[in-house]
Amino acid sequence: MDPTTDHGSNAETTRPDRLGRRLVIERLSSYWLIGAGLFAVALFGLIVLTLVQQSIPIVSEHSLLEMLTSANWDPAQEEFGFLPAILGTIYVTVLSMAMGTPIAILAAIYIAEYAEGRMKVIVSSFIDVLAAIPSVIFGLVGLVVVVPFVGDYLAPAFGTHSIGLGIVTVSLVMAIIVTPFMISLSVESLEALPDELREASLGVGATKWETIRSVLLRAAGPGIFSAILLGFGRVFGATIVPAMLIGGQTAVPGSPFDAGETLPSLIVNDFGELMSIPITQSALILVGLLLLVIVWLFNFGAMLVRRRLQRRWQY
Amino acid sequence: MDRYTEQRLFGLLARASAALIIAVLLLVVGVTLYRGGRVFLTDPTVAITPPGSRYMLDGGGGFLHAVLGSIFIVVPATVIATIMSLSTAVFLQSDYSSERTSDVINMFLNVLWGTPPIVYGVFVLTVIIAVGAQTSLIFGVVAIAIFQYPIMTRYADEALRSAPDAVKEASYGLGATRFETARVTVRAALPGVIAGIIMGFARGIGDAATVLFTAGRSTQMPGGPFEPATTLPILIFEQAASFNAEVRSHAYAASFVLIVAVLALIVASKLLAGRYARFTPGG
Repeated sequence: MDPTTDHGSNAETTRPDRLGRRLVIERLSSYWLIGAGLFAVALFGLIVLTLVQQSIPIVSEHSLLEMLTSANWDPAQEEFGFLPAILGTIYVTVLSMAMGTPIAILAAIYIAEYAEGRMKVIVSSFIDVLAAIPSVIFGLVGLVVVVPFVGDYLAPAFGTHSIGLGIVTVSLVMAIIVTPFMISLSVESLEALPDELREASLGVGATKWETIRSVLLRAAGPGIFSAILLGFGRVFGATIVPAMLIGGQTAVPGSPFDAGETLPSLIVNDFGELMSIPITQSALILVGLLLLVIVWLFNFGAMLVRRRLQRRWQY
Repeated sequence: MDRYTEQRLFGLLARASAALIIAVLLLVVGVTLYRGGRVFLTDPTVAITPPGSRYMLDGGGGFLHAVLGSIFIVVPATVIATIMSLSTAVFLQSDYSSERTSDVINMFLNVLWGTPPIVYGVFVLTVIIAVGAQTSLIFGVVAIAIFQYPIMTRYADEALRSAPDAVKEASYGLGATRFETARVTVRAALPGVIAGIIMGFARGIGDAATVLFTAGRSTQMPGGPFEPATTLPILIFEQAASFNAEVRSHAYAASFVLIVAVLALIVASKLLAGRYARFTPGG
Protein backbone atom coordinates (compact mmCIF):
# COMPACT_ATOMS: atom_id res chain seq x y z
CA MET A 1 0.00 0.00 0.00
CA ASP A 2 2.83 2.41 0.50
CA PRO A 3 6.16 2.25 -1.23
CA THR A 4 8.34 2.28 1.88
CA THR A 5 7.18 -1.15 3.03
CA ASP A 6 7.93 -2.70 -0.31
CA HIS A 7 11.33 -1.15 -0.55
CA GLY A 8 12.03 -1.99 3.07
CA SER A 9 11.32 -5.73 3.02
CA ASN A 10 13.57 -5.98 0.00
CA ALA A 11 16.46 -4.32 1.70
CA GLU A 12 15.92 -6.04 5.03
CA THR A 13 17.44 -9.25 3.67
CA THR A 14 20.41 -7.60 2.03
CA ARG A 15 21.38 -4.85 4.52
CA PRO A 16 20.24 -5.73 8.01
CA ASP A 17 22.22 -2.99 9.79
CA ARG A 18 20.86 0.57 9.71
CA LEU A 19 17.80 0.10 7.56
CA GLY A 20 16.84 -2.98 9.53
CA ARG A 21 16.88 -0.99 12.72
CA ARG A 22 14.75 1.72 11.18
CA LEU A 23 12.23 -0.85 10.10
CA VAL A 24 12.11 -2.45 13.54
CA ILE A 25 11.42 1.00 15.03
CA GLU A 26 8.75 1.53 12.40
CA ARG A 27 7.10 -1.81 13.22
CA LEU A 28 7.19 -1.29 17.00
CA SER A 29 5.99 2.31 16.81
CA SER A 30 3.08 1.34 14.61
CA TYR A 31 1.90 -1.18 17.22
CA TRP A 32 2.12 1.54 19.87
CA LEU A 33 0.28 4.10 17.76
CA ILE A 34 -2.49 1.68 16.82
CA GLY A 35 -2.80 0.88 20.50
CA ALA A 36 -3.03 4.59 21.30
CA GLY A 37 -5.77 5.00 18.70
CA LEU A 38 -7.77 2.17 20.20
CA PHE A 39 -7.17 3.56 23.69
CA ALA A 40 -9.83 6.23 23.12
CA VAL A 41 -12.44 3.58 22.34
CA ALA A 42 -11.24 1.30 25.13
CA LEU A 43 -11.38 4.11 27.71
CA PHE A 44 -14.93 4.98 26.74
CA GLY A 45 -15.97 1.32 26.85
CA LEU A 46 -14.31 0.80 30.21
CA ILE A 47 -16.02 3.83 31.75
CA VAL A 48 -19.47 2.81 30.51
CA LEU A 49 -19.03 -0.83 31.53
CA THR A 50 -17.76 0.02 35.01
CA LEU A 51 -20.57 2.48 35.68
CA VAL A 52 -23.23 0.10 34.34
CA GLN A 53 -21.87 -2.79 36.36
CA GLN A 54 -21.72 -0.72 39.56
CA SER A 55 -25.23 0.65 39.18
CA ILE A 56 -26.85 -2.76 38.76
CA PRO A 57 -27.47 -3.21 42.54
CA ILE A 58 -29.66 -0.10 42.79
CA VAL A 59 -31.55 -0.77 39.57
CA SER A 60 -32.33 -4.33 40.64
CA GLU A 61 -33.77 -3.14 43.95
CA HIS A 62 -35.70 -0.06 42.89
CA SER A 63 -37.40 0.48 39.58
CA LEU A 64 -35.66 3.07 37.43
CA LEU A 65 -38.89 4.83 36.49
CA GLU A 66 -39.87 5.11 40.13
CA MET A 67 -36.52 6.60 41.09
CA LEU A 68 -36.69 9.14 38.27
CA THR A 69 -40.16 10.35 39.25
CA SER A 70 -40.06 10.13 43.03
CA ALA A 71 -39.43 13.36 44.91
CA ASN A 72 -38.22 11.71 48.07
CA TRP A 73 -34.43 11.63 48.44
CA ASP A 74 -33.36 10.16 51.73
CA PRO A 75 -30.50 7.68 51.42
CA ALA A 76 -30.62 6.89 55.14
CA GLN A 77 -34.15 5.50 54.65
CA GLU A 78 -33.22 3.92 51.32
CA GLU A 79 -35.41 6.37 49.44
CA PHE A 80 -33.81 7.31 46.15
CA GLY A 81 -35.96 9.85 44.31
CA PHE A 82 -33.99 11.77 41.74
CA LEU A 83 -36.80 14.15 40.79
CA PRO A 84 -35.59 17.17 42.85
CA ALA A 85 -32.10 16.93 41.40
CA ILE A 86 -33.42 16.37 37.90
CA LEU A 87 -35.73 19.40 38.16
CA GLY A 88 -32.89 21.47 39.63
CA THR A 89 -30.64 20.48 36.75
CA ILE A 90 -33.31 21.36 34.20
CA TYR A 91 -33.97 24.74 35.87
CA VAL A 92 -30.28 25.62 35.93
CA THR A 93 -29.67 24.46 32.36
CA VAL A 94 -32.67 26.25 30.86
CA LEU A 95 -32.11 29.49 32.80
CA SER A 96 -28.42 29.78 32.09
CA MET A 97 -28.83 28.89 28.44
CA ALA A 98 -31.66 31.43 28.12
CA MET A 99 -29.32 34.09 29.53
CA GLY A 100 -26.16 32.97 27.78
CA THR A 101 -27.25 32.04 24.25
CA PRO A 102 -28.43 35.45 22.92
CA ILE A 103 -25.39 37.19 24.34
CA ALA A 104 -23.09 34.52 22.97
CA ILE A 105 -24.55 34.76 19.46
CA LEU A 106 -24.49 38.58 19.45
CA ALA A 107 -20.93 38.69 20.75
CA ALA A 108 -19.89 36.11 18.16
CA ILE A 109 -21.44 38.28 15.45
CA TYR A 110 -19.53 41.26 16.81
CA ILE A 111 -16.20 39.41 16.76
CA ALA A 112 -16.71 37.78 13.37
CA GLU A 113 -18.41 40.63 11.48
CA TYR A 114 -17.92 43.97 13.21
CA ALA A 115 -14.60 43.96 15.04
CA GLU A 116 -11.51 44.73 13.04
CA GLY A 117 -7.77 44.71 13.50
CA ARG A 118 -6.47 45.19 17.05
CA MET A 119 -9.93 45.29 18.62
CA LYS A 120 -10.71 41.85 17.26
CA VAL A 121 -7.48 40.36 18.62
CA ILE A 122 -8.06 41.94 22.02
CA VAL A 123 -11.69 40.86 22.34
CA SER A 124 -11.08 37.30 21.18
CA SER A 125 -8.06 36.81 23.44
CA PHE A 126 -10.12 38.13 26.38
CA ILE A 127 -12.68 35.47 25.58
CA ASP A 128 -9.97 32.78 25.42
CA VAL A 129 -8.84 33.86 28.88
CA LEU A 130 -12.38 33.77 30.21
CA ALA A 131 -12.77 30.23 28.85
CA ALA A 132 -9.59 29.09 30.59
CA ILE A 133 -10.37 30.35 34.11
CA PRO A 134 -11.02 27.39 36.45
CA SER A 135 -14.63 27.01 37.53
CA VAL A 136 -13.76 27.06 41.27
CA ILE A 137 -12.72 30.65 40.77
CA PHE A 138 -16.09 31.46 39.24
CA GLY A 139 -17.63 29.73 42.23
CA LEU A 140 -15.63 31.85 44.63
CA VAL A 141 -16.43 35.08 42.80
CA GLY A 142 -20.04 33.92 42.78
CA LEU A 143 -19.94 33.63 46.57
CA VAL A 144 -18.44 37.11 46.91
CA VAL A 145 -20.45 38.99 44.28
CA VAL A 146 -23.44 37.10 42.92
CA VAL A 147 -24.79 35.68 46.20
CA PRO A 148 -25.26 39.09 47.88
CA PHE A 149 -26.54 40.54 44.57
CA VAL A 150 -29.24 37.87 44.28
CA GLY A 151 -30.10 37.94 47.98
CA ASP A 152 -30.22 41.71 48.43
CA TYR A 153 -31.34 43.05 45.05
CA LEU A 154 -32.60 40.49 42.56
CA ALA A 155 -34.92 38.47 44.79
CA PRO A 156 -36.56 41.57 46.37
CA ALA A 157 -36.93 43.03 42.87
CA PHE A 158 -38.95 39.95 41.91
CA GLY A 159 -40.90 40.23 45.13
CA THR A 160 -39.53 37.12 46.77
CA HIS A 161 -37.03 36.33 49.43
CA SER A 162 -33.78 34.45 48.99
CA ILE A 163 -30.72 33.67 51.07
CA GLY A 164 -28.63 34.24 47.96
CA LEU A 165 -27.70 30.62 47.42
CA GLY A 166 -29.99 28.98 44.93
CA ILE A 167 -30.88 28.07 41.39
CA VAL A 168 -30.82 31.64 40.01
CA THR A 169 -27.35 32.24 41.45
CA VAL A 170 -26.00 29.07 39.88
CA SER A 171 -27.66 29.93 36.56
CA LEU A 172 -26.10 33.39 36.47
CA VAL A 173 -22.62 32.04 37.14
CA MET A 174 -23.04 29.14 34.72
CA ALA A 175 -24.19 31.56 32.01
CA ILE A 176 -20.90 33.43 32.49
CA ILE A 177 -18.93 30.18 32.26
CA VAL A 178 -20.65 28.76 29.20
CA THR A 179 -20.86 31.94 27.09
CA PRO A 180 -17.17 32.18 26.04
CA PHE A 181 -17.25 28.50 25.14
CA MET A 182 -20.23 29.02 22.81
CA ILE A 183 -18.74 32.24 21.42
CA SER A 184 -15.50 30.66 20.28
CA LEU A 185 -17.31 27.78 18.54
CA SER A 186 -19.77 30.17 16.86
CA VAL A 187 -17.04 32.57 15.75
CA GLU A 188 -15.25 29.64 14.15
CA SER A 189 -18.25 28.69 12.05
CA LEU A 190 -19.03 32.31 11.10
CA GLU A 191 -15.45 32.91 10.01
CA ALA A 192 -15.39 29.75 7.93
CA LEU A 193 -18.02 31.24 5.60
CA PRO A 194 -16.76 32.39 2.20
CA ASP A 195 -16.69 36.15 1.57
CA GLU A 196 -18.70 35.65 -1.62
CA LEU A 197 -21.78 35.15 0.55
CA ARG A 198 -21.35 38.55 2.17
CA GLU A 199 -20.49 40.24 -1.11
CA ALA A 200 -23.41 38.72 -2.99
CA SER A 201 -25.87 39.70 -0.29
CA LEU A 202 -24.55 43.25 0.03
CA GLY A 203 -24.48 43.43 -3.76
CA VAL A 204 -28.21 42.84 -4.11
CA GLY A 205 -28.85 45.70 -1.71
CA ALA A 206 -29.19 44.08 1.70
CA THR A 207 -27.96 46.05 4.70
CA LYS A 208 -25.17 44.62 6.79
CA TRP A 209 -27.58 43.44 9.45
CA GLU A 210 -29.91 41.86 6.85
CA THR A 211 -26.90 40.03 5.46
CA ILE A 212 -26.02 38.74 8.89
CA ARG A 213 -29.57 37.80 9.81
CA SER A 214 -30.79 36.12 6.65
CA VAL A 215 -27.58 34.88 5.05
CA LEU A 216 -24.71 34.43 7.48
CA LEU A 217 -26.63 33.15 10.50
CA ARG A 218 -28.36 30.66 8.26
CA ALA A 219 -25.19 29.51 6.52
CA ALA A 220 -23.36 29.20 9.86
CA GLY A 221 -26.52 27.86 11.51
CA PRO A 222 -25.45 24.23 11.81
CA GLY A 223 -22.21 25.21 13.55
CA ILE A 224 -23.92 27.68 15.88
CA PHE A 225 -26.64 25.20 16.71
CA SER A 226 -24.19 22.49 17.65
CA ALA A 227 -22.25 25.06 19.69
CA ILE A 228 -25.44 25.70 21.67
CA LEU A 229 -26.06 21.98 22.20
CA LEU A 230 -22.47 21.49 23.37
CA GLY A 231 -23.05 24.43 25.72
CA PHE A 232 -26.09 22.59 27.08
CA GLY A 233 -23.88 19.59 27.76
CA ARG A 234 -21.40 21.84 29.57
CA VAL A 235 -23.98 23.38 31.91
CA PHE A 236 -25.57 20.03 32.48
CA GLY A 237 -22.40 18.40 33.70
CA ALA A 238 -21.06 21.37 35.66
CA THR A 239 -20.23 20.23 39.15
CA ILE A 240 -18.23 22.61 41.25
CA VAL A 241 -20.27 25.78 40.74
CA PRO A 242 -23.63 24.15 41.57
CA ALA A 243 -22.05 22.39 44.55
CA MET A 244 -20.77 25.72 45.88
CA LEU A 245 -23.74 27.94 45.14
CA ILE A 246 -26.96 25.97 44.98
CA GLY A 247 -27.51 25.58 48.69
CA GLY A 248 -27.79 21.78 48.75
CA GLN A 249 -31.43 21.07 49.43
CA THR A 250 -33.03 17.93 48.05
CA ALA A 251 -36.61 19.11 47.79
CA VAL A 252 -38.55 19.93 44.66
CA PRO A 253 -37.72 23.60 44.03
CA GLY A 254 -40.83 25.80 44.20
CA SER A 255 -39.31 28.88 42.56
CA PRO A 256 -36.01 29.62 40.82
CA PHE A 257 -34.92 31.54 43.91
CA ASP A 258 -35.08 28.41 46.08
CA ALA A 259 -32.07 26.39 47.03
CA GLY A 260 -31.92 23.05 45.29
CA GLU A 261 -29.62 20.39 43.98
CA THR A 262 -28.42 19.35 40.54
CA LEU A 263 -27.43 15.83 39.57
CA PRO A 264 -23.67 16.51 39.74
CA SER A 265 -23.91 18.46 43.00
CA LEU A 266 -25.90 15.56 44.45
CA ILE A 267 -22.89 13.34 43.80
CA VAL A 268 -20.51 15.84 45.42
CA ASN A 269 -22.63 16.51 48.48
CA ASP A 270 -23.58 12.93 49.22
CA PHE A 271 -20.64 10.88 48.04
CA GLY A 272 -18.23 11.82 50.79
CA GLU A 273 -20.22 10.81 53.83
CA LEU A 274 -22.25 7.97 52.37
CA MET A 275 -19.54 6.17 50.49
CA SER A 276 -19.54 3.30 52.96
CA ILE A 277 -23.12 2.25 52.27
CA PRO A 278 -23.00 0.13 49.10
CA ILE A 279 -26.57 0.88 47.98
CA THR A 280 -26.11 4.66 48.22
CA GLN A 281 -22.83 4.38 46.44
CA SER A 282 -24.58 2.46 43.68
CA ALA A 283 -27.30 5.12 43.49
CA LEU A 284 -24.72 7.88 43.06
CA ILE A 285 -22.86 5.89 40.42
CA LEU A 286 -26.20 5.57 38.63
CA VAL A 287 -26.39 9.39 38.67
CA GLY A 288 -22.96 9.45 37.02
CA LEU A 289 -24.19 7.02 34.38
CA LEU A 290 -27.29 9.16 33.76
CA LEU A 291 -25.09 12.21 33.24
CA LEU A 292 -22.90 10.32 30.80
CA VAL A 293 -25.89 9.05 28.80
CA ILE A 294 -27.58 12.46 28.64
CA VAL A 295 -24.41 14.28 27.62
CA TRP A 296 -23.83 11.56 25.04
CA LEU A 297 -27.34 12.16 23.68
CA PHE A 298 -26.64 15.91 23.49
CA ASN A 299 -23.43 15.30 21.55
CA PHE A 300 -25.06 12.81 19.27
CA GLY A 301 -28.00 15.18 18.73
CA ALA A 302 -25.57 18.01 17.94
CA MET A 303 -23.95 15.83 15.29
CA LEU A 304 -27.26 14.76 13.71
CA VAL A 305 -28.73 18.27 13.73
CA ARG A 306 -25.60 19.67 12.16
CA ARG A 307 -25.71 17.12 9.34
CA ARG A 308 -29.43 17.72 8.79
CA LEU A 309 -29.18 21.50 8.80
CA GLN A 310 -26.13 21.44 6.60
CA ARG A 311 -28.18 19.72 3.93
CA ARG A 312 -31.15 22.01 4.42
CA TRP A 313 -29.36 25.34 4.67
CA GLN A 314 -26.98 24.74 1.85
CA TYR A 315 -25.47 27.68 0.12
CA MET B 1 -38.97 50.05 12.50
CA ASP B 2 -37.24 50.52 9.18
CA ARG B 3 -34.28 48.45 8.12
CA TYR B 4 -31.66 51.06 8.99
CA THR B 5 -32.95 51.52 12.53
CA GLU B 6 -32.93 47.75 12.91
CA GLN B 7 -29.38 47.63 11.63
CA ARG B 8 -28.27 50.28 14.09
CA LEU B 9 -30.09 48.60 16.96
CA PHE B 10 -28.54 45.18 16.37
CA GLY B 11 -25.10 46.61 15.71
CA LEU B 12 -25.39 48.29 19.06
CA LEU B 13 -26.61 45.11 20.75
CA ALA B 14 -23.71 43.11 19.32
CA ARG B 15 -21.23 45.68 20.62
CA ALA B 16 -22.99 45.78 24.00
CA SER B 17 -22.80 41.98 24.35
CA ALA B 18 -19.09 41.95 23.62
CA ALA B 19 -18.59 44.81 26.09
CA LEU B 20 -20.66 42.97 28.70
CA ILE B 21 -18.52 39.87 28.39
CA ILE B 22 -15.32 41.83 28.73
CA ALA B 23 -16.74 43.66 31.73
CA VAL B 24 -17.63 40.33 33.35
CA LEU B 25 -14.14 38.98 32.69
CA LEU B 26 -12.57 42.05 34.23
CA LEU B 27 -14.91 41.76 37.20
CA VAL B 28 -14.06 38.08 37.79
CA VAL B 29 -10.31 38.55 37.42
CA GLY B 30 -10.43 41.82 39.33
CA VAL B 31 -12.38 40.44 42.29
CA THR B 32 -10.09 37.41 42.50
CA LEU B 33 -6.93 39.47 42.29
CA TYR B 34 -8.24 42.03 44.77
CA ARG B 35 -9.71 39.70 47.40
CA GLY B 36 -6.93 37.14 47.01
CA GLY B 37 -4.17 39.69 46.64
CA ARG B 38 -5.19 41.45 49.84
CA VAL B 39 -4.58 38.23 51.74
CA PHE B 40 -1.71 36.85 49.71
CA LEU B 41 0.38 39.99 49.32
CA THR B 42 0.23 40.92 52.99
CA ASP B 43 1.68 37.52 53.83
CA PRO B 44 3.02 35.61 50.78
CA THR B 45 4.48 32.94 53.04
CA VAL B 46 1.08 31.20 53.33
CA ALA B 47 1.85 29.53 50.02
CA ILE B 48 5.09 28.01 51.29
CA THR B 49 4.14 27.18 54.88
CA PRO B 50 2.95 23.65 55.71
CA PRO B 51 -0.51 23.49 57.30
CA GLY B 52 -0.88 23.30 61.06
CA SER B 53 -2.35 20.28 62.81
CA ARG B 54 -5.86 21.77 63.11
CA TYR B 55 -5.75 23.51 59.77
CA MET B 56 -9.41 23.16 58.80
CA LEU B 57 -10.50 24.58 62.17
CA ASP B 58 -8.15 27.48 62.82
CA GLY B 59 -6.28 27.95 59.54
CA GLY B 60 -2.91 27.69 61.29
CA GLY B 61 0.07 27.53 58.95
CA GLY B 62 -0.31 27.80 55.19
CA PHE B 63 -1.38 25.79 52.19
CA LEU B 64 1.91 24.43 50.88
CA HIS B 65 0.29 20.99 50.88
CA ALA B 66 -2.19 22.07 48.21
CA VAL B 67 0.45 23.83 46.09
CA LEU B 68 2.70 20.76 46.17
CA GLY B 69 -0.28 18.43 45.68
CA SER B 70 -1.31 20.37 42.58
CA ILE B 71 2.21 20.14 41.15
CA PHE B 72 2.71 16.46 42.02
CA ILE B 73 -0.66 15.55 40.52
CA VAL B 74 -0.89 17.74 37.45
CA VAL B 75 2.70 17.51 36.16
CA PRO B 76 2.83 13.68 35.89
CA ALA B 77 -0.75 13.65 34.61
CA THR B 78 0.15 16.13 31.87
CA VAL B 79 3.18 14.03 30.88
CA ILE B 80 1.04 10.88 30.60
CA ALA B 81 -1.75 12.70 28.78
CA THR B 82 0.75 14.31 26.38
CA ILE B 83 2.24 10.95 25.40
CA MET B 84 -1.16 9.33 24.93
CA SER B 85 -2.82 12.22 23.16
CA LEU B 86 0.06 12.88 20.79
CA SER B 87 0.16 9.17 19.87
CA THR B 88 -3.59 9.13 19.28
CA ALA B 89 -3.40 12.29 17.19
CA VAL B 90 -0.62 10.82 15.05
CA PHE B 91 -2.67 7.67 14.62
CA LEU B 92 -5.68 9.73 13.50
CA GLN B 93 -3.66 11.15 10.61
CA SER B 94 -4.25 9.11 7.51
CA ASP B 95 -0.95 7.17 7.57
CA TYR B 96 -1.90 4.61 10.16
CA SER B 97 -5.66 4.46 9.90
CA SER B 98 -8.30 4.57 7.21
CA GLU B 99 -10.67 7.52 6.96
CA ARG B 100 -13.48 5.48 8.49
CA THR B 101 -11.46 4.30 11.47
CA SER B 102 -10.46 7.90 12.18
CA ASP B 103 -14.09 8.99 11.99
CA VAL B 104 -15.21 6.35 14.47
CA ILE B 105 -12.38 7.13 16.91
CA ASN B 106 -13.06 10.85 16.54
CA MET B 107 -16.68 10.22 17.48
CA PHE B 108 -15.61 8.50 20.71
CA LEU B 109 -13.11 11.27 21.42
CA ASN B 110 -15.86 13.86 21.01
CA VAL B 111 -18.02 12.01 23.51
CA LEU B 112 -15.10 11.82 25.94
CA TRP B 113 -14.41 15.51 25.34
CA GLY B 114 -17.96 16.43 26.34
CA THR B 115 -18.11 14.09 29.33
CA PRO B 116 -18.49 16.00 32.61
CA PRO B 117 -15.33 15.77 34.76
CA ILE B 118 -17.39 14.46 37.68
CA VAL B 119 -18.05 11.29 35.67
CA TYR B 120 -14.31 10.67 35.43
CA GLY B 121 -14.07 11.24 39.16
CA VAL B 122 -16.83 8.73 39.86
CA PHE B 123 -15.26 6.27 37.42
CA VAL B 124 -11.83 6.39 39.04
CA LEU B 125 -13.39 6.17 42.49
CA THR B 126 -15.30 3.07 41.40
CA VAL B 127 -12.03 1.55 40.21
CA ILE B 128 -10.40 2.44 43.55
CA ILE B 129 -13.18 0.69 45.45
CA ALA B 130 -13.05 -2.28 43.07
CA VAL B 131 -9.31 -2.85 43.59
CA GLY B 132 -9.63 -2.16 47.30
CA ALA B 133 -7.15 0.72 47.38
CA GLN B 134 -7.53 4.03 49.21
CA THR B 135 -7.89 7.42 47.59
CA SER B 136 -4.41 8.76 47.01
CA LEU B 137 -2.19 11.02 44.95
CA ILE B 138 -1.57 8.40 42.27
CA PHE B 139 -5.30 8.06 41.52
CA GLY B 140 -5.54 11.83 41.31
CA VAL B 141 -2.87 11.63 38.61
CA VAL B 142 -4.88 8.95 36.77
CA ALA B 143 -8.13 10.94 36.98
CA ILE B 144 -6.56 14.18 35.76
CA ALA B 145 -4.74 12.35 32.95
CA ILE B 146 -8.03 10.82 31.76
CA PHE B 147 -9.66 14.25 31.95
CA GLN B 148 -6.85 15.93 29.97
CA TYR B 149 -6.52 13.20 27.34
CA PRO B 150 -9.47 14.11 25.06
CA ILE B 151 -8.81 17.86 25.41
CA MET B 152 -5.16 17.55 24.47
CA THR B 153 -5.89 15.07 21.69
CA ARG B 154 -8.21 17.60 20.11
CA TYR B 155 -5.54 20.34 20.22
CA ALA B 156 -2.84 17.99 18.89
CA ASP B 157 -5.09 16.66 16.14
CA GLU B 158 -5.94 20.19 15.01
CA ALA B 159 -2.28 21.19 15.04
CA LEU B 160 -1.17 18.14 13.03
CA ARG B 161 -4.00 18.68 10.56
CA SER B 162 -2.83 22.23 9.93
CA ALA B 163 0.73 21.12 9.10
CA PRO B 164 1.16 21.44 5.33
CA ASP B 165 0.94 18.22 3.32
CA ALA B 166 4.13 19.19 1.50
CA VAL B 167 6.14 18.34 4.64
CA LYS B 168 4.75 14.85 4.72
CA GLU B 169 5.16 14.31 1.00
CA ALA B 170 8.74 15.53 1.03
CA SER B 171 9.54 13.21 3.91
CA TYR B 172 8.04 10.17 2.19
CA GLY B 173 9.76 11.22 -1.02
CA LEU B 174 13.12 10.93 0.73
CA GLY B 175 12.30 7.37 1.74
CA ALA B 176 11.47 8.00 5.38
CA THR B 177 9.32 5.49 7.24
CA ARG B 178 5.90 6.39 8.61
CA PHE B 179 7.29 6.92 12.10
CA GLU B 180 10.07 9.19 10.87
CA THR B 181 7.53 11.13 8.82
CA ALA B 182 5.29 11.45 11.86
CA ARG B 183 8.21 12.96 13.77
CA VAL B 184 8.77 15.49 11.00
CA THR B 185 5.06 16.35 10.94
CA VAL B 186 4.94 16.81 14.72
CA ARG B 187 7.92 19.13 14.49
CA ALA B 188 6.24 21.15 11.75
CA ALA B 189 3.15 21.43 13.94
CA LEU B 190 5.10 22.13 17.13
CA PRO B 191 3.61 25.56 18.00
CA GLY B 192 0.11 24.13 18.02
CA VAL B 193 1.19 21.01 19.90
CA ILE B 194 2.96 23.01 22.61
CA ALA B 195 0.03 25.40 22.96
CA GLY B 196 -2.23 22.35 23.32
CA ILE B 197 -0.05 20.84 26.05
CA ILE B 198 -0.04 24.10 28.01
CA MET B 199 -3.80 24.52 27.67
CA GLY B 200 -4.23 20.91 28.84
CA PHE B 201 -2.02 21.68 31.84
CA ALA B 202 -4.09 24.79 32.60
CA ARG B 203 -7.34 22.82 32.42
CA GLY B 204 -5.88 20.07 34.61
CA ILE B 205 -4.60 22.43 37.30
CA GLY B 206 -7.96 24.18 37.51
CA ASP B 207 -10.21 21.17 37.70
CA ALA B 208 -11.66 20.08 41.02
CA ALA B 209 -14.43 17.64 40.15
CA THR B 210 -12.11 14.86 38.96
CA VAL B 211 -9.77 14.93 41.95
CA LEU B 212 -12.35 15.64 44.64
CA PHE B 213 -13.02 11.94 45.30
CA THR B 214 -9.83 10.44 43.97
CA ALA B 215 -6.90 12.32 45.49
CA GLY B 216 -8.10 12.02 49.06
CA ARG B 217 -8.69 15.63 50.28
CA SER B 218 -5.94 15.51 52.86
CA THR B 219 -5.02 18.44 55.06
CA GLN B 220 -1.44 17.34 55.53
CA MET B 221 1.65 17.48 53.38
CA PRO B 222 1.57 14.84 50.60
CA GLY B 223 3.53 11.85 51.94
CA GLY B 224 4.04 9.82 48.78
CA PRO B 225 2.24 8.49 45.72
CA PHE B 226 0.03 6.19 47.79
CA GLU B 227 -0.84 8.76 50.43
CA PRO B 228 -3.82 11.15 50.23
CA ALA B 229 -3.15 14.58 48.76
CA THR B 230 -5.10 17.69 47.87
CA THR B 231 -4.96 20.36 45.19
CA LEU B 232 -5.57 24.11 45.07
CA PRO B 233 -9.06 23.88 43.50
CA ILE B 234 -10.17 21.37 46.16
CA LEU B 235 -8.82 23.64 48.88
CA ILE B 236 -10.73 26.61 47.46
CA PHE B 237 -13.88 24.53 47.13
CA GLU B 238 -13.73 23.23 50.69
CA GLN B 239 -12.69 26.42 52.44
CA ALA B 240 -14.62 29.07 50.48
CA ALA B 241 -17.65 28.82 52.75
CA SER B 242 -15.84 28.06 55.99
CA PHE B 243 -17.03 29.77 59.17
CA ASN B 244 -13.52 30.60 60.24
CA ALA B 245 -12.37 33.83 58.59
CA GLU B 246 -8.74 32.70 58.57
CA VAL B 247 -9.58 29.45 56.79
CA ARG B 248 -11.76 31.36 54.33
CA SER B 249 -9.04 33.90 53.63
CA HIS B 250 -6.72 31.05 52.65
CA ALA B 251 -9.24 30.08 49.96
CA TYR B 252 -8.96 33.61 48.57
CA ALA B 253 -5.18 33.52 48.68
CA ALA B 254 -5.20 30.12 46.95
CA SER B 255 -7.50 31.49 44.25
CA PHE B 256 -5.01 34.31 43.71
CA VAL B 257 -2.19 31.79 43.25
CA LEU B 258 -4.35 29.68 40.93
CA ILE B 259 -5.53 32.52 38.70
CA VAL B 260 -2.02 33.95 38.41
CA ALA B 261 -0.75 30.48 37.45
CA VAL B 262 -3.47 30.01 34.84
CA LEU B 263 -3.01 33.48 33.34
CA ALA B 264 0.78 32.93 33.24
CA LEU B 265 0.24 29.60 31.45
CA ILE B 266 -1.95 31.25 28.82
CA VAL B 267 0.63 33.98 28.22
CA ALA B 268 3.37 31.31 28.09
CA SER B 269 1.42 29.31 25.54
CA LYS B 270 1.06 32.36 23.29
CA LEU B 271 4.75 33.25 23.63
CA LEU B 272 6.01 29.70 23.09
CA ALA B 273 3.73 29.24 20.11
CA GLY B 274 5.36 32.32 18.59
CA ARG B 275 8.84 31.11 19.49
CA TYR B 276 8.45 27.65 18.01
CA ALA B 277 6.87 29.13 14.90
CA ARG B 278 10.37 29.02 13.37
CA PHE B 279 9.90 25.26 12.90
CA THR B 280 6.86 25.76 10.73
CA PRO B 281 7.68 25.76 7.05
CA GLY B 282 7.54 29.23 5.56
CA GLY B 283 7.22 30.84 9.00
